[in-house]
Formats: sequence, C-alpha cells, structure tokens
Amino acid sequence: MSRYLLDKFLFTVDRDPELVERYREDPAGTVVWWEETQANRILNATSGEASTWLAFSDDERDALVRHDHVALFTMGAHPFLTLTLFIAMFERDHPEPLAYQKAYGAALAHLGLPYPDIST
Amino acid sequence: MAQVVAVIASTHHPFYYRASTAVGEDRPPFADEWVAKIERFRETLTRARPDVLVMVGSDHFHQLWLDNMPQFLVGKAPAYDANWYNEEREFGLPRFRLDGHEELSSHILRGGLDSGFDLAFSNELRIDHSITCPIITLRPEADLPIVPIYTNIFAPPLPQPGRFVELGRTIRELVESWPSEQRVAIIGTGHLSLELGGPRQFGPHGPDPEFDHRAVQWIANGDLDGCLREVTLDSLHLPGNATHGFMDFMLMMGVAGENARADHVDSLDLFHTMEAYFTWYPKGAPA
Repeated sequence: MSRYLLDKFLFTVDRDPELVERYREDPAGTVVWWEETQANRILNATSGEASTWLAFSDDERDALVRHDHVALFTMGAHPFLTLTLFIAMFERDHPEPLAYQKAYGAALAHLGLPYPDIST
Repeated sequence: MAQVVAVIASTHHPFYYRASTAVGEDRPPFADEWVAKIERFRETLTRARPDVLVMVGSDHFHQLWLDNMPQFLVGKAPAYDANWYNEEREFGLPRFRLDGHEELSSHILRGGLDSGFDLAFSNELRIDHSITCPIITLRPEADLPIVPIYTNIFAPPLPQPGRFVELGRTIRELVESWPSEQRVAIIGTGHLSLELGGPRQFGPHGPDPEFDHRAVQWIANGDLDGCLREVTLDSLHLPGNATHGFMDFMLMMGVAGENARADHVDSLDLFHTMEAYFTWYPKGAPA
C-alpha cells in the first residue's frame, strides 16, 4: 500500500502540461516510464539524489493504467489530486459545463461514509 | 502600535474570476448577484483603509508537498508570485505579483515562535488561489503588501481545530504588538461544507446545507464555544470530504475574538458550495 506514491504520481503529472497529455493518450506507457524513472526522485533535491524503495503495488499500477478514478478513491489517493488531474484530461470530452464533474461524482455514488483514509 | 482595522473571513471560490468576467452566453445566470455581493463585501475592506494585508490560506499541493509538509507556515519575502499553471488551466486565473512586507513577516515569525507556535517559513513562496481569490474579490488593484500565512487543512495528520483558533488569537496579538503605525487588515479564507473528488461533489447546493447554516451562525456571532463543542477533526468528514477547510474560518474567529459579532455577514447559495463573507471592525465601523 503506497498512498504516498499514488499521490506523488498524480501530483507530478498534473503539474506538467506535457505529462498530462502523455498520460491521457498513453496511460500504460506513462505509468511504466514514471515508475522506472520518476517514482524515486526526491522532488526537493537539486542534485538528482533519489530514494531507493518506492514502487506501486500491482493494484495501484493497474488503477493508474486504467484511469480508474473510482479505484483510486477506494485506495485512498488524495481526492483533490485525482479530481484535478482527471478534469484536466477528460473535461474536454464533455462539452456541457460541469458534465464531467457530475459524472465523476456519480461513478462514486455507491460509496458511503466513512470514506477511505487518505492520510499518508 | 499597529492597528487591526478589519478582520475578514471568506470562502475562496476559484470560479468567481471567470464567472465575473464572462459576457454573453458564457456568463452564468448567477454571476450578477454574485458580483453585487462581492462588491458590497469589497467595500468593507476599502472603508477600513488598510496599509498591509495579513492573508491566511492553504496551499493546494502547489509548493508544499508531502515530502516536507509544514502545518503552519509564514511567508517572508519581498515579493510573491501568484497562481499556478493548473489554476490557469482549470479556473482561468491570471498570474500576478504582490509585494511582501518582510518586517511584519519577521515580527509574526519571531513572536509566533516565542508564543508556542513553531512556525515554518518560506523565503520564496508562490501563492495560490486560497490567497489570490480574496485579492481578486476584495482588493483587485493588488496594490498592498502582504504577509501570507499557510495552514495545513489538506494533508492529514492535521492540527486540531482548537489549534487553529489559538493561532488566530496569536496572530491578532502579534499584529497589535507590532511597533508600527500601519493599518493592518487580517484576511483569511476557507470553506463551509465542501466535497471534492467524492460522490457528493458538484451538487445543486453544498453537500451539507444544515452544516453551512450552523457554520454561518457560529462565525457571524463569534460563537467559538458552540463551534468548538461540535467541530472535531472526525466530525468535519461528515459535511463533505474537503470541509476541513472550515478550520481556516475557525482561525479567523480566533482573530476576531470570542463572541465578536461580525459587522458584515453575507452568503450566497451556489451549486457545489455555499459562499460566505464576514467582516469585523475591531475598532468600530469606519466613518
């Protein structure tokens, strides 16, 4: 279980316009590339120093590859990060204002309180 | 000593800028009422004639990240760039730059550390919409120096609600002990009930109108007792999964003081979340 790494993926992809497009068009390739080359980057280190231990579980990798925001929610990925990135990728496919956001919520409608823990 | 000439608490709705500037078919039906309420709210700050703004908000995973997460952080820099790529992308927010007030930042940092708050600091802080939304609504000229203060309402584990209230009280005391003739407004933004990325998001109202109603009463009446009796880190999950942003309203209640009735109270029931606006004049309403 690596909620932190899920969040790190969502955070770093969302904040890079090229990565947003790449993840939209090629989720499997982007997730593999990211886990191999980016997952262990220490974001605040200027010298390229990296960690050695960060990896997705199979379920986590799979949820990211499938763009499965419901699975990410149940795993405790930070809902703000998931929502922001998914709006960036998919709102354009739903021309009616807020149609994507409403559908996103409706897909989660079967989930009640308490929601999954998001602490890291 | 410096004077606190206004205490202001507000929601920060990133859609306001786009709604208020849209024209023709793009202009949403609620825009005119929203703009009218904001203009009345803005006047409450203008009348106080502030020289400097202390701005309380919360970084939304822009500069502050989980590998090094402060609970309370004070900016101390000569300038602050504002807004981020994903806020331009999603909300159409403009980029701009605000001057900083380093002397007041230093005073709050030193005094905070000496008062039991181990405040983090940043000498290079790019602020986000939690601080730029109230600039856009309350001081669109963006012409006053600021001291930004960030709180963690976002990445658990979070500080307890009572700690936010205590920090608010401390900020008020620190500003009032600043040896300066400057007129200071303390402005903070948070949320009422709010759901982001969950099943209750983007409904016709906020996710919990009953909570919103009680929250507005607590704030308007300065009812810290009632608020602290009911609000816990656990209870805030119930009205909506992003409702911990309400703790920044509690911080502002701490700034305003126990049982301090707000001089200006307004709200707007929008889809998705309720807007709410409060102003207190600690020295009495300006002429």
